[in-house]
Amino acid sequence: MRSGPLLLPLLSAFAGLLACRPPKPPDTPPPEPARLSSLEERGLSPVEAAPVINPPPLLLTGAKVMTAAGVTHDPGWVLLRDGRIAELGAGEPPAAQDARRIDLAGRVITPGLIDTHSHIGVYAAPDAQAHSDGNEMTSPVTAGVWSEHAVWPEDPQLELLVAGGVTTAQILPGSGNLIGGRGVILHLVPTRGARAMRLPGAPETLKMACGENPKRVYGERGSEPSTRMGNLHTQREAFYAAERLLRDWEDYTQEHEDWAKDGAEGDPPTPPDRDLAQETLALVLRGDILPQVHCYRADDMLNMLQLADELGFSIRSFHHALEAYKIRDVLAERDVAVSTWADWWGFKLEAWDGIEANAAMLAQAGVRAVIHSDSPIGAQRLNQEAAKARRAGAQVGITFTDDQTLRWITANPAWALGVEDQIGTLEPGKRADLTVWDGDPFSVYTHAELVIIDGSLRYRHDDGSQPWSDWTLGREVTP
Amino acid sequence: MISAALLIALALSPTAYATGLASPGCTVIAGAKVYTPTGPQDDLDVLLRADRIERVGPGLNEPGCARVEAKGLTLTPGFVEPWAQLGLIEVDLEGASRDDEGRGPDLRAAEGYNPRSSVVPVTRVAGVTSVVIAPSGGGLAGQAAWVDLAGGTQAEAVQSASVAMVWAPHEDLPVALYELRALLEEARSYGKSRAAWEQNRTRPYTAAPRDLDALQPVLRGELPLVVTVDRAADIESILRFAKEERLRIVILGGAEAWRLAEALAEAKVPVILDPLAYGPSSFTSRDARPDNAALLHAAGVDVMISSRQLHNVRVLGQNAGNAVREGLPHDAAITALTATPARVFGLTDLGVVAPGARANLVLWSGDPLELSTTVTGLWIGGEAIPLVSRQTLLRDRYLTNPAALPAPSL
Repeated sequence: MRSGPLLLPLLSAFAGLLACRPPKPPDTPPPEPARLSSLEERGLSPVEAAPVINPPPLLLTGAKVMTAAGVTHDPGWVLLRDGRIAELGAGEPPAAQDARRIDLAGRVITPGLIDTHSHIGVYAAPDAQAHSDGNEMTSPVTAGVWSEHAVWPEDPQLELLVAGGVTTAQILPGSGNLIGGRGVILHLVPTRGARAMRLPGAPETLKMACGENPKRVYGERGSEPSTRMGNLHTQREAFYAAERLLRDWEDYTQEHEDWAKDGAEGDPPTPPDRDLAQETLALVLRGDILPQVHCYRADDMLNMLQLADELGFSIRSFHHALEAYKIRDVLAERDVAVSTWADWWGFKLEAWDGIEANAAMLAQAGVRAVIHSDSPIGAQRLNQEAAKARRAGAQVGITFTDDQTLRWITANPAWALGVEDQIGTLEPGKRADLTVWDGDPFSVYTHAELVIIDGSLRYRHDDGSQPWSDWTLGREVTP
Repeated sequence: MISAALLIALALSPTAYATGLASPGCTVIAGAKVYTPTGPQDDLDVLLRADRIERVGPGLNEPGCARVEAKGLTLTPGFVEPWAQLGLIEVDLEGASRDDEGRGPDLRAAEGYNPRSSVVPVTRVAGVTSVVIAPSGGGLAGQAAWVDLAGGTQAEAVQSASVAMVWAPHEDLPVALYELRALLEEARSYGKSRAAWEQNRTRPYTAAPRDLDALQPVLRGELPLVVTVDRAADIESILRFAKEERLRIVILGGAEAWRLAEALAEAKVPVILDPLAYGPSSFTSRDARPDNAALLHAAGVDVMISSRQLHNVRVLGQNAGNAVREGLPHDAAITALTATPARVFGLTDLGVVAPGARANLVLWSGDPLELSTTVTGLWIGGEAIPLVSRQTLLRDRYLTNPAALPAPSL
């Protein structure tokens, strides 16, 4: 929470009443103006509390500790306390009398993996018409919808991701729309509603798309966009409307300031009317919401960067971005992360120039490369996908250490989601999100053996306990 | 159909697609760890002559033959994707680039195969040398073919134009069985009284005679019927149906096949599966589990591994590696990718490193299923194939300076 979200609207409401009274004593400050960001915070206090976490301190010893921050401790130890990483290092672990000590000789500890591109919950399993909740394809711009409101926490795929070592995922709306709505960054823990899964302190994100999908969806209906021209036109119109709203807010704030300066006489100025879609885009323009932009072709990405320049916002990450290697100089210069696959290509024409060395060439050029899934199958083995992407680089002499490769599925996705201060590396003070592997995390034969989120054990590979999902209950598959 | 633009692109870069059509001579691949029909053996030599493996053994010295030093490397038969639309579809979402639609028993996928598809080199440089290409769609779709991923013509690429009949049953299985029973009955009747039919002395058939003709090898049990089915109850019904009709079948998908492992083994019904397809992704695969391949293999079922992909058939080794992770023995995984599909689809001189076999071979830098391993050598029909695809060309074009666009020099 940034500041008292519920109080501010109340204060604004009282401001009108106060104006009717006799002049107030001179030492009472005039009421605060309404703020765009305070509107934003109104809806964020949860009905369902986040899962109560009070894990006992844990001391993990004897494992190879890959931090994704440039250091590997082998063998090393990690001390977890109060849901955070307290300390870590190599050699003799601290006494930590109060901690439960777990010997993990032969294992590898990494940060919990982060998937920047998932539709888990919004396209829940089993595949069914009733579970198609990821694309609000009734208008090409639906900036006001939130994927959070469609995430079904009982989606049985969720725990499969955790079994693959994933601890955090960004759930995005689909790419049928140019502006599909807000993404949500979730900690993969069992809850009854998605709100309680939100990674605390994570920024808001916005799903945008360019290229074939939106123009196909709307073109088939005979409405704009039916071309890439229409794509850009509709995007620009939407953002110019948001820019007007932002100006209205600036005018209102100025008027309020003048009103307060002039003794707060009479009714205070009225803030702009609410418009959920335009407010979302206005917050993108202000840099408070991080755009996650689905694009495949290099020229599509350049057009989107041109649009962002024109309107004055920053694209945090391109997604899929199969031709990003062609413009990696531009992407590095602007510090745009690229979330991509190891080897997907060809399923549509804008995916024709995909190459396996995309991530490696990007990383070599200084771009923050991310291996994402966009698939419940791929998300179960992001480590394998990263291994393939590394191999493709090695084939042309671009080599990466384990720690560097690990960043494609930990530290870099954390940055792409704006949560790099909280998760993505093993460093003191960060959330205790860790995956313990039963071998080399980049081998096809390796399992995630233990998964810890906020210092609490959430998954054990050898554990036969009940599934999280109510859907799966009674359907456990044992031969 | 292939697009004009693509044809031009192909014409402009002949070297990328040329597969050295000159008659291959002989080559000794020396000192590799070789996956023979009895398992892997270290330090063996393999002599290729023309399109065949001539000899396998230690210390083969053949003056006049090319020699590839392969000590420390691993040699396997080329991997086989037992189910894909590769070469039938260029771009999924572009209808004009598709020739994969199924229609009926007499339809032949081989007639749609484009040996110059860009997908072919992308796939083979990852160690996949053969693909069973199948028509898409529901119902009795048509005949699948076996293609090797080399050669510039269908004549060179297609090793067998008909290796299976393809059936994707209607979602409502009793309806599908009802319809297929009726069709098979017609085909049987037609098969017995063809002469009478020619003289117009039989009852009229609802199906076209050409389709009834195409079903005869299926009725004789010569051509396997490949059935797309995942749910255990549906597999059970189909096994009973196949027994009644005396058909040779192959299960494709088989997400819940592990529940019927014993019955499948007993009926000698092979299963083509994707080891990654687990989790309750649909109502027909609610009980899918990651060790499906291991459980089936342990029960004695012939397992084949598929990528269930078109452009990314190259993940075949990764998929098999995941099956090994879940308990399938490593050697069995290699067999599932090579000898088993060759045997099931009747190309018994393929899929093995043995004298007389067709020389489809892959040389690997290490464990063929491991994610760090690369292909270092590739032979299809004895011919050394350059490890070049449109994707390696794109990569190399942009490798140094992405802003340096091509221009002629003065």
